[in-house]
Amino acid sequence: MSVSATEEAAATVTGGGGGENRAWRLAKRAARTLVSVALTFLGLTCVTFFIGRVIPIDPVLAIVGDKASAETYARVKAEIGLDQPLPVQYWRYLTKVVHGDFGNSVVTSRPVLEDMLQVFPATLELALLALLIGVVAGVPMGVVAATHRGRWQDQVIRFVSLLGYSIPVFWLGLVGLLLFYAKLGWVGGPGRIDVAFDDIVAPVTGMLTIDSLLAGEYEVFWNAVSHLMLPASILGYLSLAYVARMTRSFMLGQLKQEYVLAALAKGLSPWRVVWVHALGNVWAPLVTVIALTFGSLLEGAVLTETVFAWPGLGLYMKNSLFNADLNAVLGGTMVVGVVYIGLNMISDLIYPMVDPRARDE
Amino acid sequence: MSEIGRRLLLAGVAAAPFTGWTRIADAATPKDAVVFAKQIDDIVSLDPGECYELSGVEICSNIYDRLLRYEAEDLNKLVGGVAESWTVSPDGKTFTFKIRPNLKFQSGTPVTAEDAEFSLQRVVLMDKTAAFLLTQFGWSKANVKDLVKGSGDTLTLKITEDFAPSLVLNLMTSIVASVVEKKAALANEKGGDLGNGWLKTQSASSGAYRLVSWKANESVTLEAFPGFRLGGPPLKRVIIRHVPEPASQRLLLEKADIDIARDLTPDQIKPLAGNPNIKVQSFKAANTFYMGLNTGYEPLGNVKVRQAMKMLVDYEGMVKSFLAGRFVVQQSFLPVGFFGAIPYAPFKLDVASAKALLAEAGYKDGFAVKMAAPNSSPWTEISQSVQQTMGQAGIKVSIEPMELKAVIGQYRARAHQIAMLSWGPDYFDPHTNADTFVHNADNSDAPKSKPIAWRNKWFIPELTKEMLAAAKELDTAKRAQQYEAMQKKVTDEGPYIFMFQNNSQVARRDAVTGFNPGITEDLNFYRTIRKS
Repeated sequence: MSVSATEEAAATVTGGGGGENRAWRLAKRAARTLVSVALTFLGLTCVTFFIGRVIPIDPVLAIVGDKASAETYARVKAEIGLDQPLPVQYWRYLTKVVHGDFGNSVVTSRPVLEDMLQVFPATLELALLALLIGVVAGVPMGVVAATHRGRWQDQVIRFVSLLGYSIPVFWLGLVGLLLFYAKLGWVGGPGRIDVAFDDIVAPVTGMLTIDSLLAGEYEVFWNAVSHLMLPASILGYLSLAYVARMTRSFMLGQLKQEYVLAALAKGLSPWRVVWVHALGNVWAPLVTVIALTFGSLLEGAVLTETVFAWPGLGLYMKNSLFNADLNAVLGGTMVVGVVYIGLNMISDLIYPMVDPRARDE
Repeated sequence: MSEIGRRLLLAGVAAAPFTGWTRIADAATPKDAVVFAKQIDDIVSLDPGECYELSGVEICSNIYDRLLRYEAEDLNKLVGGVAESWTVSPDGKTFTFKIRPNLKFQSGTPVTAEDAEFSLQRVVLMDKTAAFLLTQFGWSKANVKDLVKGSGDTLTLKITEDFAPSLVLNLMTSIVASVVEKKAALANEKGGDLGNGWLKTQSASSGAYRLVSWKANESVTLEAFPGFRLGGPPLKRVIIRHVPEPASQRLLLEKADIDIARDLTPDQIKPLAGNPNIKVQSFKAANTFYMGLNTGYEPLGNVKVRQAMKMLVDYEGMVKSFLAGRFVVQQSFLPVGFFGAIPYAPFKLDVASAKALLAEAGYKDGFAVKMAAPNSSPWTEISQSVQQTMGQAGIKVSIEPMELKAVIGQYRARAHQIAMLSWGPDYFDPHTNADTFVHNADNSDAPKSKPIAWRNKWFIPELTKEMLAAAKELDTAKRAQQYEAMQKKVTDEGPYIFMFQNNSQVARRDAVTGFNPGITEDLNFYRTIRKS
């Protein structure tokens, strides 16, 4: 988490300081945040760009194919500017990006930005539900594990979390499909929706569940939900494992504090002490954990998306990488970068809301 | 709120996401549509003047009618497509095609010779990957408008290079001879692109299907054209879903959420044998699986070493075990099913003879060699088998697994020692493979093209002349003999270890019949599919 962003957030939440002085401080912090964000972006484009240029896959071949003539090869190489020195190529790329042009994808023949607007909502939909499952189930599990430290509840939760950490998601996905889709028929199969419901709802947000509700197409909604449930549950299980482990360890730290003993001595119910006071103090670090979990979910879960034929960011990035589709890889990386920076800023904003100490700083 | 109330609320919120599980998803595929599961992430464009990837070629073949065709009804007979008849001048340089009367595009506009002229010209003018198929006739951006002329119902093509008429006619059945509606393409032209940008995702055709949508990495949807010259297809829609994982394809097929699975692996196919609702069929395909030996690397330049290595591959063992059903042994550069192909397989695993040959060549104790191979199945398994059998004669193969495109990159740069790859023909004529495996008259580092013989530094000016002569031979029987001799020579002495020809395995629901893939993607017809 960037310190400057925290400070800025803190400054916006607290009053403090007087008129001009405060405005000047705010402006200074905003400028510092902007510079830090800009530098992060610059670093991101630089690293991705140069890694993209040294991988042993020829981007020209990705466009013209193995059988093209030498003339076609040379023409395309010049067309996409690969005949220029690397610094020139990088400068050209940067100039375009600043103007919002990420170039066209080789794989889809469309502007990368358009592709992103299509694949990102698919991943977002999956990640949001997965995060919901992870937090709603993971936090209480962590609390219960901490309050029942060393007892059977703790052991069971530890086992469940450990399983979530260690089972390959690929395997879990296939077994999940075999059981819940093929055998029991409780959920839809791979893909976002059944063929029969394809193209009924016009995309608004790109998230099928929301778009179908907006359009009042409830059958489409339920079909989309049935397809979404299993991959989201599996990703949710993975994040649950992490969230539960972290909650447990934060809670253990709090339960040792004297204020817990004092509260209990004062006659507060143990339930209230644990779920209100102790958990209340744990939210601050948990926000960071949750934000990072969300970030990694949004990055795209390549394996889950492959097993579930889910046309999201992870699958898109994987295909682009394997096809040396550099514009798409760079565009995708920028989106992931924006997501991380955005989430960092959001968690910085939330921090003072859940932790009064951050407000006082 | 009371504690119990809070707990209930908490439990309710926790359970909410799981309510979806209670909905049972059991939608079968629609009755009037066929749904494929296939890996289609190779598609980069569905403009027939540009498309050159396997999935794209198959789809375009169903969308666009071509000048000539090999039709589903008889895959071995050359018949008219958009052209009704054709004649070849005595010198074999001028080809005249009569366009069928009353033929219409899906838009309702009549198909004319001008559309055919425009379609061929734009391939050359756009100069995309597939353009070389036509530029080899001597056509170029500068002269194509003079050499390809259409007016009324007559299209005339003139070639300036010598080519067997059968070769030229065969090329008129390939993707570059797809007939695009000129008016529609030009109406959507941007910056002089001849409609390329628009046609990537739209169709302007007279074929059996119309392109409804292509969602990259997701699906392709086609709609039947009732006015197709051979009658409208019985099924109204064809949906091809991108399902990258074979195990997922299998589950979808078992649940009847798809009708046909295209990319099942042997371990997915085996368990399907007991399912009465699913049928698995094998069809011969035309990809050649081989190893390229760089003759620039000292031991591999020696023909005896190469022959010894050809005896150190367990061809039969592999097709009988982990490649069962997917491959057949084929040791020549032409796939069986092609004109002139011979089932020539002189090599089998014979360690003793190989050792003797290696000793003769001065490599009694073998040597070390690196092999670049794609890092996916079945390459991994094949390369491990080869490593093991070559090791028996002292040849220490170190496998370098990498992405397919990285192998190709290394191969094109002649930076490999051994490269394990496959090759698919570009059109239905032996010249397509001969022109790459047996073509290297310029062994310099910057040749005009980089055929496979060049990549392996196999300098063969004389053999190249013979190969080019076969391409020009007017006498069909003589031409077949020339290819036969060439195949034997290349298999015996060339820097290639030809191993297998593949089968395409198709698993389908019992009720769906009529999908019988041909030897190349051009011959995979959707219009014959029926559903009972």
